[in-house]
Amino acid sequence: MNPTVTQPGELTPPAAPTATRLVKKHPLAIRWQHWINFPVLMVMMWSGLLILWAYPVYPSEKFAFRVPDRISLYKWGAAPVYSETPNSESYPVTEAKRYDIPVGFRLAEGMNWHFTFAWFFTLNGVAYILFLLFSGEWRYLLPRRESFVEAFKVVLHDLKLYRKPLPPGKFNHAQRIAYTSVIVMGAGMVVTGLAIYKPVQLAWLVALLGGYQTARLEHFWLTMLLLAFFFVHIAQVAKAGWNNFRAMITGYEVSKR
Amino acid sequence: MNERQSNSDEDIVATGPDAEIEARMRRLSRRSFLWAGLATGAGVGGLVAFNKYAAEDKGAKTPLRKALAFNEVVAQRLFYRPTHLATEFPRSMAREPRNNYKGETPYVDLDAWKLKLTGLAGGASQTLTLADLKGLPHAEQTTELKCIEGWSTVVNWSGIRFIDFAKRYAPLSGTRYVSMVSEPADYPDERYYVGLHLADCLHPQALLATHMNGKPLTVEHGAPLRLVVPHKYGIKNIKLITSIAYTSERPTDYWYEQGYDWYAGL
Repeated sequence: MNPTVTQPGELTPPAAPTATRLVKKHPLAIRWQHWINFPVLMVMMWSGLLILWAYPVYPSEKFAFRVPDRISLYKWGAAPVYSETPNSESYPVTEAKRYDIPVGFRLAEGMNWHFTFAWFFTLNGVAYILFLLFSGEWRYLLPRRESFVEAFKVVLHDLKLYRKPLPPGKFNHAQRIAYTSVIVMGAGMVVTGLAIYKPVQLAWLVALLGGYQTARLEHFWLTMLLLAFFFVHIAQVAKAGWNNFRAMITGYEVSKR
Repeated sequence: MNERQSNSDEDIVATGPDAEIEARMRRLSRRSFLWAGLATGAGVGGLVAFNKYAAEDKGAKTPLRKALAFNEVVAQRLFYRPTHLATEFPRSMAREPRNNYKGETPYVDLDAWKLKLTGLAGGASQTLTLADLKGLPHAEQTTELKCIEGWSTVVNWSGIRFIDFAKRYAPLSGTRYVSMVSEPADYPDERYYVGLHLADCLHPQALLATHMNGKPLTVEHGAPLRLVVPHKYGIKNIKLITSIAYTSERPTDYWYEQGYDWYAGL
């Protein structure tokens, strides 16, 4: 491709009709790992919620305090009902009476799923990292020295404040930062999760994380970060279009640039 | 970084006219989407089948029970060491934990309390009173009581180390488990029972507690004798113990029967 033709509005070279290329984008292993991770992470978050609701890291009345009653989390069934745990003075039983949502107390179910699927989440994540390392795919994913400045341009570009085309490449610099962060978050989930799971056997890890309840908070906030990534990711994929999305399934992309 | 170089990141399979490339892409896509459909179908179908057909074992799906059993083996081989102690806190951090009696707190006559022991060495059984326990050495610890629900409280406990208790009231050889039962008179609904590995009871921090935060236990917290095992969730820290049995078979457990993990080790 002619590198001088980068300014929009300039004449397109006559080679355009033959410039369409079929490009191999995502390796098979990464596609499987990506799509296995999606439902596994959903199960982890759902079962994690069932565990969280048994004793929220933030007391529910505080968690929902800024939300007007009519759109309160309780009404949506997104917050627990404690009426099934009698004798629990510190629990917002009055809240439960106000919104009698049949979420129920499903702690055992949540724990059983969580500690089963944690294996799939961890093994899939480890396989993914190993694949990145040995295939050399990490080269496209890790941020570089210039990534932090370049990622800012990507954000401006997305906001239509920066009009120049972004430099081509498999992933732009914002993607490099986002995808690397999400690996760090995933590893953080496993580490904080292990600390909560075996806080006596891994007492040193709990101490490192700042205590048992702090580790629970960290586990919770990492989940929130992962969710934030998830929503931005979905929005960006929707914006990038079918060709880009299809590449995560087929591995190939049609490139016309 | 120059553009030419980063363009060479592209792993070009074919170059050609639009229509030709698009047609080739469609052929490639068909195969992948077939796989995607199969995998999605298998996942969704698997979940539906699991919910509908997987057997239940004491309130938990059997495949999940198997995973928990596997986790227990991993926990014992990989994590558990009798030398791994629960973190001890300064005495000043101790607070009163929540009374988590599931129903009514049983207000029993403590003077009438007796402890039945079975499975002792030589196949003996014995019934103890509080006076019988007086001569055993006293131990104290300030550890975090962790409820399976997620809350935790630092509590100061004192009482008899189970390991000291087991020296005087030694188990029959071949004992692998300990069953502890709370059967308060006049409170049949408050019958509670836990099963533990003998090894977990012989952990240096396994305590038969008589005191909490410097005062004798109140009925709310398990008077006159309760188990404190900081390396287990609160559900195993049985209050108001009325019988202890050494067994070779895995004893059942109240919350295990409600769908929870039997091991519940931390």
